[in-house]
Amino acid sequence: MVEFKREWDIFTSGHTACAGCGAALAIRTIMRAIGKDCIVVNTTSCSEIFSACFPRSAWKVPYIHVTFENGASVASGVSRALKAQGNNHTKVVVIAGDGGTADIGFGALSGSWERNEDILYIMYNNGAYENTGIQRSSQTPLYAWTTTSQIGKEIRGKQEPIKPMVKIAAAHGIPYAASASAGYLLDLENKVKKALNIQGSRFIDVLSPCVPGWKYDPQLTVEVAKLAVETGLWKLNEIENGDIQNEKITVQPNFKPVEDYLKLQGRFKHLTPDEIKYIQARVNKDWKR
Amino acid sequence: MVKTLEGSHAIAEVVVNCEAEVLACYPITPSTHIAEKLQKFYADGKIPEYITVEQEFSAISALAGASAAGARTFTTTSSQGVALMHEVLYATAGMRLPIVMCVANRSLNSPLGIWCDHQDIMPERDSGWIILMCESNQEAVDTLPQAYKIAESLLLPVMVCIDGFYLTHAVEQIDIPQKEIIQKFLPKFKPEFKLDSENPVTLGIYSTPEFLQDFREDIAKDVDNSREPIKKTEEEFSKIIGRKYGNGLIENYKCDDAERVIIAMSSFCGNIKEAIDELREKGEKVGLLRIKSFRPFPYEDVRKIIEGKKHIGVFDRATTLGGYPPLYTDVLASVYDSKLAKKVSISSFIGGIGGKDVTVEDAKNIFKSLKNKKIKREFV
Ligand SMILES: Cc1ncc(C[n+]2csc(CCOP(=O)(O)OP(=O)(O)O)c2C)c(N)n1
Ligand code: SF4
Repeated sequence: MVEFKREWDIFTSGHTACAGCGAALAIRTIMRAIGKDCIVVNTTSCSEIFSACFPRSAWKVPYIHVTFENGASVASGVSRALKAQGNNHTKVVVIAGDGGTADIGFGALSGSWERNEDILYIMYNNGAYENTGIQRSSQTPLYAWTTTSQIGKEIRGKQEPIKPMVKIAAAHGIPYAASASAGYLLDLENKVKKALNIQGSRFIDVLSPCVPGWKYDPQLTVEVAKLAVETGLWKLNEIENGDIQNEKITVQPNFKPVEDYLKLQGRFKHLTPDEIKYIQARVNKDWKR
Repeated sequence: MVKTLEGSHAIAEVVVNCEAEVLACYPITPSTHIAEKLQKFYADGKIPEYITVEQEFSAISALAGASAAGARTFTTTSSQGVALMHEVLYATAGMRLPIVMCVANRSLNSPLGIWCDHQDIMPERDSGWIILMCESNQEAVDTLPQAYKIAESLLLPVMVCIDGFYLTHAVEQIDIPQKEIIQKFLPKFKPEFKLDSENPVTLGIYSTPEFLQDFREDIAKDVDNSREPIKKTEEEFSKIIGRKYGNGLIENYKCDDAERVIIAMSSFCGNIKEAIDELREKGEKVGLLRIKSFRPFPYEDVRKIIEGKKHIGVFDRATTLGGYPPLYTDVLASVYDSKLAKKVSISSFIGGIGGKDVTVEDAKNIFKSLKNKKIKREFV
């Protein structure tokens, strides 16, 4: 068993995230891997609210939040200022939700990738705008319920699949793009450490279960995050220098039925057998099975 | 050093002489030539970092990050670019980041136009940015070093505004303050708090109602108290360069014995001055009160000048739809707390919108219509 040492924590306890928050778990692990010589840029989101509410802060490293949609741009400025000051050791890290990253902040992020800014950008992906009360994002899975993808007579949940951020990142040709999960903390830590030692734009998309948003028992956070990977619904991968042909799978799924994952979560409880079948077929096709 | 060059290029030269370290710009006519010239300086190694962002929202956001990390920053934009920055302008002021931006003033869509008026900065007047309106390119290049000094000593962002095209694209002789002169006046930027892994701080926090108003009260006080430092800075720099623009907040052009006064901002003031000189030759007692500092607004100075005058005409190069125009309402607020309001008629003139020319003749016509007591509200 690995010993748990509080003094390692840079993202400290005492923050106000929900019990069982996957994002908080992921952020703690990420920050341990990064260490103290960094500057964190955060965007408006759950993570901002639960970590930096005046007069308290959960951050033992320098931290800045400006708005919801500008994490990549603020970080570009921080990174260039460090460069202008001749500081080539401090790492610039963005911690942002999927809404701030893949939706409203996407133009800024794409711009930073195009310029290959020296930034490690981490999107904790809880698949919705959780902070404002569980609204759909481009990262909400197919058929999932949110308060803006309701279950009605005509339309049942979100009608579109997830926008594939790791592929999109890789298509920009950035040095490192990867996907991780709060259920595989060692894999996450390895990816963060690997990314830290690469220059230029790096992107990690971390699946982070959200208790009230996904509607599951808070003690199941790790199990849910694991099942997403085991079923093949969430791929743990790495793509370097935009070489999509040579995508590396870091954890092989054992292809448990997708239903095992879906049935634990209230956001999928309305699914019909046909809808579950369709999701399974998509997974099979994706993995060429 | 006196040079014959385009206004925008002169601005770019002074930004280099002010030793700005991180720049982030996005093109929009008429500020674009400033950004292009600065890019050339960057390519020549005269600027440490220049971020070619994908939009203005990112330009100002990048500067927020750079400024928080302790760098001297600069950007420039106009019109839609200012509007796109809106959210971050409020945030940067609230976070007390001393960013300096040059706005080449221009109208806001719709109809889409690229020419001058002051509409673009009006939505930003409540943001906490200090807004300095320059009459000429010479004043603009002399104001930029002051802007850095004011911003960095008070921890407030500063906008230096010039009229789009009238100034940005005018080729003229301009005396450009040199680096050695500016260095004597403007110390290196060394903020007390910055993003530094050796001394971690949390910036840009979230606040509950228990504290939020206190933050706003603090910054409101500091912006209010910036009037004296702005005046002092103008005084100090004018001694070094030998050029002076009023007291830093306002310029009094022949107001002392005047009966009729126009209150206005920026380049149209040149035409108003010419009209005044002509009318005074005919014995008419007319004057100009030029507002240099639109924020903080110089209520005291304005009130003092209005005292004893009969007719005031306020010229706005912007509209407030469904209300009185911005400069006019501020002038009215200047006299409200005194008995003055009863003794003077204050009329509102709106003109020069979307680049409509306002001429010496227009200034004369305003003075003419100020002769009778009836209060006017009209488009010029
Ligand atoms: C311009 C703007 N629009 C909307 C909001 C309201 N808002 C704040 S956080 C948020 C959602 C955040 O979602 P995400 O980035 O996924 O992070 P999460 O809350 O899920 O952690 C929204 C919509 C805002 N702050 N700014
Ligand atoms: S709502 Fe979800 S993401 Fe937000 S703190 Fe709670 S568990 Fe975490």
